[in-house]
Amino acid sequence: MNLTLKIWRQKSPSSKGEMKTYPVKDISEDMSFLEMMDVLNEELINKGEEPVAFDHDCREGICGMCSMYINGEPHGPDRAVTTCQLHMRKFNDGDTIHIEPWRANAFPVLKDLVVDRSSFDRVIQAGGYVSVNTSGNSQDANAIPIPKENADLAFDAATCIGCGACVAACKNASAMLFVSAKVSQLSLLPQGEVEAKDRVLNMIDQMDDEGFGNCTNTGACAIECPKEISLDNIARMNREYLSASVSK
Amino acid sequence: MATKSGILKTSVAKKVAMALSGFFLMFFLLQHCTINMLSVISPDAFNETSHFMGTNALVQYLLQPVLIFGVVFHLLMGMVLEQKNRASRTVNYAYSKPAASSSWMSRNMIITGIMVMLFLGLHFYDFWLPEIKTKFINGDMTGMLSDGSGYRYFEELTHKFVDPIRVVIYVVAFVFLSLHLMHGFQSSFQSVGFRKNTWTPLIQKLSMIYAVVIPAAFVFIAIYHHLAHH
Repeated sequence: MNLTLKIWRQKSPSSKGEMKTYPVKDISEDMSFLEMMDVLNEELINKGEEPVAFDHDCREGICGMCSMYINGEPHGPDRAVTTCQLHMRKFNDGDTIHIEPWRANAFPVLKDLVVDRSSFDRVIQAGGYVSVNTSGNSQDANAIPIPKENADLAFDAATCIGCGACVAACKNASAMLFVSAKVSQLSLLPQGEVEAKDRVLNMIDQMDDEGFGNCTNTGACAIECPKEISLDNIARMNREYLSASVSK
Repeated sequence: MATKSGILKTSVAKKVAMALSGFFLMFFLLQHCTINMLSVISPDAFNETSHFMGTNALVQYLLQPVLIFGVVFHLLMGMVLEQKNRASRTVNYAYSKPAASSSWMSRNMIITGIMVMLFLGLHFYDFWLPEIKTKFINGDMTGMLSDGSGYRYFEELTHKFVDPIRVVIYVVAFVFLSLHLMHGFQSSFQSVGFRKNTWTPLIQKLSMIYAVVIPAAFVFIAIYHHLAHH
């Protein structure tokens, strides 16, 4: 298939970017979206032009690195997939495809489609951990009884890969789905319960400091999330926050 | 790490406050609608209830200021949240498809909210200011018509709806209120953390029923009095 790509090009964080148009020909519908981008970049390199910078790593939908806003949606038109798992069969011959970086002040553009998501790292550093003794005599985690329901909910929350699609999709660039998943995956388990109050207070503080917006419960984050993280996590975090605020 | 001190400092606390003020306003709207519906069923009952609400010290000096505070707080907090949200993405997408993942109502609460607030300006001019003038400036707490033939409340209400332009403005305003409530009702529960698989579908249904029935009742009252007293 032949396509017209309109791609955001920006040389550096401080330079002014713009949408540029690139035609690509003979794209196989079996290619992944990133493979199509590879084809474009090879053509650009052969012509002596600067290739399009974009994030990618595992290309298996588990690392959370790929981060393109494709035709007005994070990770493109398909549901529950990352950009690397989006296939060209989802598009038609002759289509024009708009490709932009995540847009959020907390995710500044570094170059072209690459954004700095270290704000997520700082939110995790603020409380997304459990403090355990690792001196060599720590207890086997499987020795602690955990209700099946809680284990499942914690696992569901832990499938969040931190790609930032929730922020990209939200009209307010809110990070509530990401933060709530990271709060939930720990607070639902006995190991995370001990620090639950500090965790939720500190992570929300850091989230606000990073400049993410407020949650207006549009639900766009959960629909666009490649791992289908539920809005239940946001409600749980709100409950935990309220409880921690009055008792801490 | 020191957490932010004081209330309403974090985004979650602001949203909870927004939800609580929303719950309060929705409860007020329900009782306002119930009393207004009396004007259709029984003008005498409407007059009696209005006189009680207009002269009862608890309603006038406690509930009324609380209500005004609730309205102003909801408006100002909405503005604060909107400002922060806009500041969180200063460079927008060149091409975006928000309708693919969210409802128009959920994305435009500020627009529907401002339209409702503009209507409240007219509503205050129509009813609240004349009421304050009559009672607290002219000192007339009797609630009677000038000729003393009965209570004035029903007469005042029906008089306002003679003008068709005012009726149209009321109808349009309540359409915006309905759109605001369709998202606001269920969103308030989510903001305070009340979400369960067993309850959420019911809350969503109730949200739709409340958002349609209450504004529709106000519209019915306005049109009924326009047609009945034109």
